Amino acid sequence: MARKDRRRFLTGFVAASAASAIAPPLSRGAEEELAQNTRTPSALPPSARVAAAETQTPGEAAPNRIGGTPGSDFMVDVIKTLGIKYCPANCASSYRGIHESLINYGGNKMPEFLTCMHEESAVAMGHGYFKVAGKPLMTLCHGTVGLQHAAMAIYNAWCDRVPMIVIGGNELDASTRPPSVPTFHSAQDINALVRDFTKWDDTPVSLQHFAQSMVRAYKIAMTPPYGPVMISLDGGLQQEPVKGHGGDKLYIPRYVPTAPPAGDGGAVKEAARLLADAQNPVIVADRMARTPNGIKLLVQLAEALQARVIDQGSRTNFPRTHHLSAPPSAVSGADVILGLELADFWNVVNSWTDNGEHGVGRNASRTKQGTKLISINASDLITKANYQDFQRFQVIDVQMAADAEATLPALIEAVKSAIPAARRSAIAQRAEAAKKAHADDHARTRQAAALAWDASPISTARLCMETYNAVKSLDWSIVSQSGNVSNWLTRLWPIEQHHHWLGRSGGYGVGYGAPASVGAALANRDLGRFSVNIQADGDLMYAPGVLWTAAKHKIPQLAVMHNNRGYHQEVMHVQRLANFRSRPSNYDGDLGPVGTRIENPDIEYHKLAESMGWWAKGPIKEASQLAAALREAVKVVQSGTPALLNVWTQPR
Amino acid sequence: MLKLLGVLAFLGLAATPAPAADAAKGKTAFMKNGCWQCHGELGQGGAAGKTLAPKPMALEAFNVFVRNSNGPMPPYPKEILSDADLADIHAYLQSIPAGKDYKSIPLLSQ
Repeated sequence: MARKDRRRFLTGFVAASAASAIAPPLSRGAEEELAQNTRTPSALPPSARVAAAETQTPGEAAPNRIGGTPGSDFMVDVIKTLGIKYCPANCASSYRGIHESLINYGGNKMPEFLTCMHEESAVAMGHGYFKVAGKPLMTLCHGTVGLQHAAMAIYNAWCDRVPMIVIGGNELDASTRPPSVPTFHSAQDINALVRDFTKWDDTPVSLQHFAQSMVRAYKIAMTPPYGPVMISLDGGLQQEPVKGHGGDKLYIPRYVPTAPPAGDGGAVKEAARLLADAQNPVIVADRMARTPNGIKLLVQLAEALQARVIDQGSRTNFPRTHHLSAPPSAVSGADVILGLELADFWNVVNSWTDNGEHGVGRNASRTKQGTKLISINASDLITKANYQDFQRFQVIDVQMAADAEATLPALIEAVKSAIPAARRSAIAQRAEAAKKAHADDHARTRQAAALAWDASPISTARLCMETYNAVKSLDWSIVSQSGNVSNWLTRLWPIEQHHHWLGRSGGYGVGYGAPASVGAALANRDLGRFSVNIQADGDLMYAPGVLWTAAKHKIPQLAVMHNNRGYHQEVMHVQRLANFRSRPSNYDGDLGPVGTRIENPDIEYHKLAESMGWWAKGPIKEASQLAAALREAVKVVQSGTPALLNVWTQPR
Repeated sequence: MLKLLGVLAFLGLAATPAPAADAAKGKTAFMKNGCWQCHGELGQGGAAGKTLAPKPMALEAFNVFVRNSNGPMPPYPKEILSDADLADIHAYLQSIPAGKDYKSIPLLSQ
């Protein structure tokens, strides 16, 4: 089937007089008037150029080999209505049509194409970007090989409830697609690869269908609970000229945000009653603060109850400096626990120790008997079956499948109403106990940080505090922390604002840290903020090409390596099993079991970064050398260049 | 844990005399057997392992714990870590000087 005929077959397109099917194109003046109109219409027309292409006969179209305006130009018109600022992507022939349209027809603005060296990096950049900017990015990839590279980062975004629009190029028509490599790179249903961990996907078969899919995809991704979405984009649809569609003119649906789901009124009232009556209520928050306003709401709720708050840190949910900020152990004395957007409620109230008989871990309760549990969690609305990110089943006394941030205003009011006058002084007294506990914890944490303060390799506590000292006068943002630095960043830095701490990967897929830090630093760059990344060695080596992307696109950040020369998460797994089996572990001359160490030879990360356009220094092994190197690096970053310090560290 | 220590003390296991200990050998054993992975090279501890130094627990209790841990740390049988190695490790931990008071460190007292 000829390519043009195939498109008609796919769309069910019925040829009609173009002039009768399409409204006259908008003049430039009319377009400007439309742009200035504050009340956006429910459907937007395509650009004048695309509309003209539909109204003209083929002979009148701009002279080119395809005989008209490319379909992908219309796609760019659609994308531009959504305000997507960047498109990090690794180039691929299956999306060459839209690639060409983005940079030439679209002027490489909104979105700007960012050259990436791995699809996983591109998606993770979007992941990090969203956590600062609150707006999603799109990425393009080969629908098969590129999407397989991207899959891990999409899973991280899914687990971390981060929106991302992934568009995979694909050649659907087996009879016309280029043979050999492009056919290796084609599939019947590319979306199937990531369907288990995307909120929605589609395969548009016409330009009008694409317009609906794209706006719908954006809308679904941005409706809490947020999540990644996937569009399969046929190569033919991108490349063929724009035509009338069965007598209807092309239009672009208007994006209108969907309100987030709030908790049921009765459940909110019952939760408020339990919290108001509690002797020791504790709040646990994980992804509760979708926006900076979420922090303010949680402070209001906590102060109304004088309830201690455990921030699990997938976002900044609560100021670490607040007297009600508490460590995870605070659940042990609770009689009511309110869980807000928890990824794993079971693990909050139970523990599992990997040291039971016959190699099976042991469960134990962390809470006292009779503790009432309340949950507000939008993730309950998008549970899927295959991947087990929904964690172990936990019985909850009051469970709301709802967005916590959207529910909190009603809960705060309900709590205030539910507290009887007689309980108010008892609740106020909780504040004094909480202040003392917070002060004690503060001193204990600092004393623990002082241990091994002068060690070589450098202690992770020293690494974190020397870094803080170098950036404390700036508007800083910790864009990523990969590896394990014993949580010193969240324990020692005065994390108070939403951008101070962005959380982790979500799915714990290693390789998130470096690219997510670049994406977040991109958003911070546009806001004039200073980005700090504590970069683990193993994480960086998954796809170090993202360093080049940062240099290429002038995305500054201070990357301080947590170079412990090993995959320490895995070291003890192998050692543990060797112990259980009573046989010495084979280290083969390294400092850990075979397969877990990154040494002999040591990787010179400073040279790696330098080779890709970064300012870099290292290896720094003595704590006394760190402060001066940090001062130098901060100046470099402030001048707009990314900087990396290769610091040898203690394992954790 | 206390219960376990009590039972073992009753059986006389905890009273096994400690072999002569060597802190330098202990450091080698500490590094060679993975102890440093969770506890840090100076036994400072962290998210993955408890603080061991300065002032480690008494050798007898240390011995019982390492052999019988039912917590996050897996037990180390004699086939992996001999009594002599354990005593050396304990001597190494004892040799680690006390940390500074955090109030004397400007970065921590700010």
